[in-house]
Amino acid sequence: MGNMVKLIVDGTELEVEEGTVLLDACLDHGIYIPHLCHLKGMEQPPASCRLCFVSIEGIAHPVPSCTLTVREGMVVQTDTNAVRGLQISALRLLLSVHDVDCAHCPANKKCALQKIAKFLHIGLKAKGLEIYLKEPRVVQDHPLIDYYPNRCVLCGRCIRVCRAQNGLPLMSFAKRGFDTVISFYGAASTLGCKTCFACLKICPVGAITLKTPNS
Amino acid sequence: MKNNPVPEIEAILQDVTARLKDFRKEKCCLIPILQMIQHRHAHLPHETIKLVADHLGIAPCEVYGVATFYNQFRFHPPGKHPIKVCLGTACHVRGGSIILENFERKLRIKDGETTPDKEFSIERVACVGCCALAPVTVLDDQVHGHMAPSKVEGLILGFEIEKQKQEREKAKDDF
Ligand code: SF4
Ligand code: SF4
Ligand code: FES
Ligand code: FES
Repeated sequence: MGNMVKLIVDGTELEVEEGTVLLDACLDHGIYIPHLCHLKGMEQPPASCRLCFVSIEGIAHPVPSCTLTVREGMVVQTDTNAVRGLQISALRLLLSVHDVDCAHCPANKKCALQKIAKFLHIGLKAKGLEIYLKEPRVVQDHPLIDYYPNRCVLCGRCIRVCRAQNGLPLMSFAKRGFDTVISFYGAASTLGCKTCFACLKICPVGAITLKTPNS
Repeated sequence: MKNNPVPEIEAILQDVTARLKDFRKEKCCLIPILQMIQHRHAHLPHETIKLVADHLGIAPCEVYGVATFYNQFRFHPPGKHPIKVCLGTACHVRGGSIILENFERKLRIKDGETTPDKEFSIERVACVGCCALAPVTVLDDQVHGHMAPSKVEGLILGFEIEKQKQEREKAKDDF
């Protein structure tokens, strides 16, 4: 075990191992912070979902907690108005490009978006924002997997676990801006997926599903 | 013309393979390589994606991801009459995207694609430098200003009539 450091989160003192990512430290101690793109143990966080903000004493603006490691004497607040404001905006923007149809989604009831929306006390419909959905609704290029662009939150977790699993990822971001998607380009010839499905398991929403005969 | 596609792609692959030797096997060479292929062959045939990936030791999907990020790369060879719809700021404000949609609907292809008969291709461009004429479309290097849906119809119809005329004349010559 490495050195331990003490920090204070929401008024509670935590003792955690030096080098621990702040987000992990909080989650491990039952302090929930919304997050989508973080993967425990992976270096260089993309910090792309902009949900895991916390306020830290001595730092003027909220910081994504997945980008920090714990420090001795750190004083952290996870629920300031500034933090909640950023989190709600980030989630609403995600939902404005999301086909909210939970009843027909395999992620229903275990979906990270549902959990975060509930936690932040906001609905799943992004009221007041223009809704933008991609076409086609389902991409069926992969022999075993279907991909639903309008459920994908572009967290990139699937790509990272795929790379960890296979050395070279079999999936990647493609296109740009509002049209950004996950692409299995070239994967039609790869049957390694058959025994893996790491992407499907790591997806926080219902964007990657097993191909069903009639899908 | 009919048995052309196979040898054509083989020639491209040979050319690309030969040129790849000039590029170091480093990730930073990816975009220069794609530009080389685009420049020499006017598009990135799917078969070359794998070639590039193997050269750099990265995954084909990663090459594809980068190539789809930039507008300068296309995956279909341009048609005989390339249609460039301007979506620069001025043209965007004056409804450039409606013009693009009109062409797409009329020709039944999407931006970046080519009609099956290889006659037309559509691409979007950013400011061709005559914003006062917005919305602008460049067709066969000729600038068409103040575009409107009716003009889209007219332009395509003009080509079709021209083509029919040529075919009739050709039929006459063949006799
Ligand atoms: S991904 Fe989550 S929020 Fe989206 S439809 Fe599925 S269950 Fe609902
Ligand atoms: S498919 Fe799932 S894991 Fe992959 S980027 Fe989309 S939401 Fe994230
Ligand atoms: S988990 Fe920190 S930004 Fe996504
Ligand atoms: S924006 Fe279209 S010509 Fe300038």
